[in-house]
Amino acid sequence: MAVLTFTDRGIYCPAGDFFVDPWRPVDRALITHGHADHARPGHNRYLATEAAAPVMRHRLGEIDLDTVAYGKALTIGDAKVSFHPAGHIPGSAQIRVEVGGEVWVVSGDYKTEADGFCEDFEPVRCHSFITECTFGLPVFSWVSQAAVAAEINAWWAANAAEGRASLLGAYSLGKAQRLLALVNPKIGPILTHGAVEGTNAVLRGQGYALPETVQVLPDTDPKAHPGALVLAPPSALGTPWARRFGPASTGFASGWMRLRGVRRRRAADRGFVLSDHADWPGLIGAIRETGAENIYATHGYTDIFARWMNSEGWNAEVVPTEFGTDEDDDAAVTDAA
Amino acid sequence: MKDFAALFTAVDQTTKTTIKTRALADYFSQASDDDKLWTIALFSGRRPKRAVTTTQLREWAAERAGIPLWLLEESYPIVGDLAETIALVLPPPAEETDRPLSHWINDLRALAQVDIDTRRDRIVAAWDQLDATERFLFNKLLTGGWRIGVSQKLMTRALAQATGQDEAALALKLMGGWTPDDVSYRTLIEADDGSADLSRPYPFYLAYQLDDPPETLGDPEEWQAEWKWDGIRGQLVVRGGEHHVWSRGEELMTDRFPEFARARDFLPDGTVIDGEIAAWDAEAVMPMPFNTLQSRIGRKTVPKKLLTEAPVIMLAYDLLEEAGTDLRETPMADRRARLEALIAPLPAEAPLRPSPLIDFADWENLARQRATAREFRAEGVMLKRKGSPYLSGRKKGDWWKWKLDPLVIDAVMIYAQQGAGRRANLFTDFTFAVWDAETLVPFTKAYSGLTDAEFRKITAWVRRNTVERYGPVRQVTPEHVFEIAFEGIQASPRHKSGVALRFPRMSRWRHDKPKEEANTLEDLKAMLAAYG
Repeated sequence: MAVLTFTDRGIYCPAGDFFVDPWRPVDRALITHGHADHARPGHNRYLATEAAAPVMRHRLGEIDLDTVAYGKALTIGDAKVSFHPAGHIPGSAQIRVEVGGEVWVVSGDYKTEADGFCEDFEPVRCHSFITECTFGLPVFSWVSQAAVAAEINAWWAANAAEGRASLLGAYSLGKAQRLLALVNPKIGPILTHGAVEGTNAVLRGQGYALPETVQVLPDTDPKAHPGALVLAPPSALGTPWARRFGPASTGFASGWMRLRGVRRRRAADRGFVLSDHADWPGLIGAIRETGAENIYATHGYTDIFARWMNSEGWNAEVVPTEFGTDEDDDAAVTDAA
Repeated sequence: MKDFAALFTAVDQTTKTTIKTRALADYFSQASDDDKLWTIALFSGRRPKRAVTTTQLREWAAERAGIPLWLLEESYPIVGDLAETIALVLPPPAEETDRPLSHWINDLRALAQVDIDTRRDRIVAAWDQLDATERFLFNKLLTGGWRIGVSQKLMTRALAQATGQDEAALALKLMGGWTPDDVSYRTLIEADDGSADLSRPYPFYLAYQLDDPPETLGDPEEWQAEWKWDGIRGQLVVRGGEHHVWSRGEELMTDRFPEFARARDFLPDGTVIDGEIAAWDAEAVMPMPFNTLQSRIGRKTVPKKLLTEAPVIMLAYDLLEEAGTDLRETPMADRRARLEALIAPLPAEAPLRPSPLIDFADWENLARQRATAREFRAEGVMLKRKGSPYLSGRKKGDWWKWKLDPLVIDAVMIYAQQGAGRRANLFTDFTFAVWDAETLVPFTKAYSGLTDAEFRKITAWVRRNTVERYGPVRQVTPEHVFEIAFEGIQASPRHKSGVALRFPRMSRWRHDKPKEEANTLEDLKAMLAAYG
């Protein structure tokens, strides 16, 4: 029997009787990371990394959650299980499952470039690799994080010099904090939307280093913070909440900003190409390093990606999942990336 | 080209026209005359001649990027733009340079002189010297289709700011058939307007849609009404013994519509007429259905058979120049009177006739006549203030189009496909069906009409409710009902349903309607009988 199988509730391990990131309620769920399309409410028992746990509690409330350190092997039924850094957001993990000497890895979402903020991606050798491929097309390749940081800082500094606020839209868990760690706080004050600040507080409590931020409250006077950088979820941009900052320059940070069409649809002044997912070279590099022969593509440009993998000699298959469909945030179709 | 790429980035990444105009004006104040001329040419729809095919470009790009051709082909519809797809798959430039825009354009034009292998080598070498944005622009020059968020109007305004010239005077200088080969920046922009190009049309005046009731326009006595035709807006220019036919997009269509050659027999030199080009049914004395005209659009030469089956005329509604004098400041009613005096006496074989005025006593009477527009193959009514001059561009106040309400039908969504370009990674292209007893018969596709938030919502739904995949097309559970609005309906043997719609779009997501209550094929056929 296969180490992992694909069911209508999610990825299932018969030997250990557990699911990985299931999308319907199950008894035992192993969770790669805290984004809403992977960590869903309603399971009896959860297992995640120690680093992912505080955010999951913050988002899911009272849950029965066990934690484990990165790299520590656990035995669940007849399966040996361990969690390894995925480089996606703080606490994110790939999950390695070994049964009778055969090793499978579920990637969750991952990014291969070290960002100096979350735990660096760690390649894990395996026979079968279940991979995301959100950006599984050769048109997606990222420039270095340092180059994007320089662009963002230059944009912020230019706006600040002209007395304008800089409104930057970014997913409130992960991307927003990565940006905070990237920008140069000497340029000006940093204001945050409540959704971003909530996550900031959790991560600061865990010891992740973030610059000083001021949460925007109903009585916050934007004039008291001239030239500020304002970090908010993309759904908050263009709303009355954002209009309080007067004539501001707007920007988005996402891998989708690589595409001119998406930049234009977003109708922001600037699009910064910064993703928490692997780009095309990143995906291929990661897959090579696993040494896996069998590749299961879960979400993203799965059909094209699997076709290419097969033409290059892998055994690749498309597995339909419900990842990448986070409806809690109506902008998620493009935001989580 | 770095300055031009910076200009592109500045105008492309903002939706604010003030910022775009300022960026362009700054560029015009600093660039060399050659670069300025080419920038004006590009933003007014003039491009260097294509030296390579897009098939060749795809092959060379895939080879340079080290990917199979099919992978580039699959990426293209997702990116939505071939020039961009190629720019994105290529590796970073090996030896970046900064040569001016006009250098690269001259390089492109020189390609026509060399053999195909040399063309490939030069293009690959260019890719290796340009960064991603410059490369995208370079590819745009190679592939044509230069649409990058700067209208000719905006460019003209920026040029007016940079040169201190009057915007309307500049707009007129930029009209017509010039190319960067036969003018210089000096002769085009800075010289006085003595030797104006004889083919040159006037900037078109465009009407706004009337959304308020016509009573808001005041006294009906001050207004003239005409039918709003569903043809091609055009200007017929007769000067110096020659004639030219221009589309609203300033495309020269003279060869496409040879019927207008005879205009020289009937109209004196120094005449410019604004009107609607329509395929004309002389017996019924009304335009033929739009898809008859469609058979003429896009054909550069016209076979004889088509000339008999779909003959075109101009339904003339304005006279812009008479005996070489610009009449645009003359009031509408006066221009109209002169137009009628000029062309009403012409014989039936003349390729133009006045677009008739609609007599109406009051707004209510006009509203009643408007409701019958489809009987005349019109899509509504045009209202023009009798005292108005002929302005340029879309200006509010004097000209209004008062279109009929669209036809609507409630239909069930059955297939979905991802969009391209602006709408990559969203499901935006849908196929709709109506009931024929127990089965759903597809009858139209529609792409527009929903808000971004609605597109995101339906995208999430499609992902969870896919029944079957056929390549990029997903069959979905029949569940959602949409109101489809359209402007016209015609019989079509090519479609399974037997009908073809004109301008279908989603006007409403009928959350209130279960799929069983969507319309039927019988309803659709009844509409065909009534309006087809």
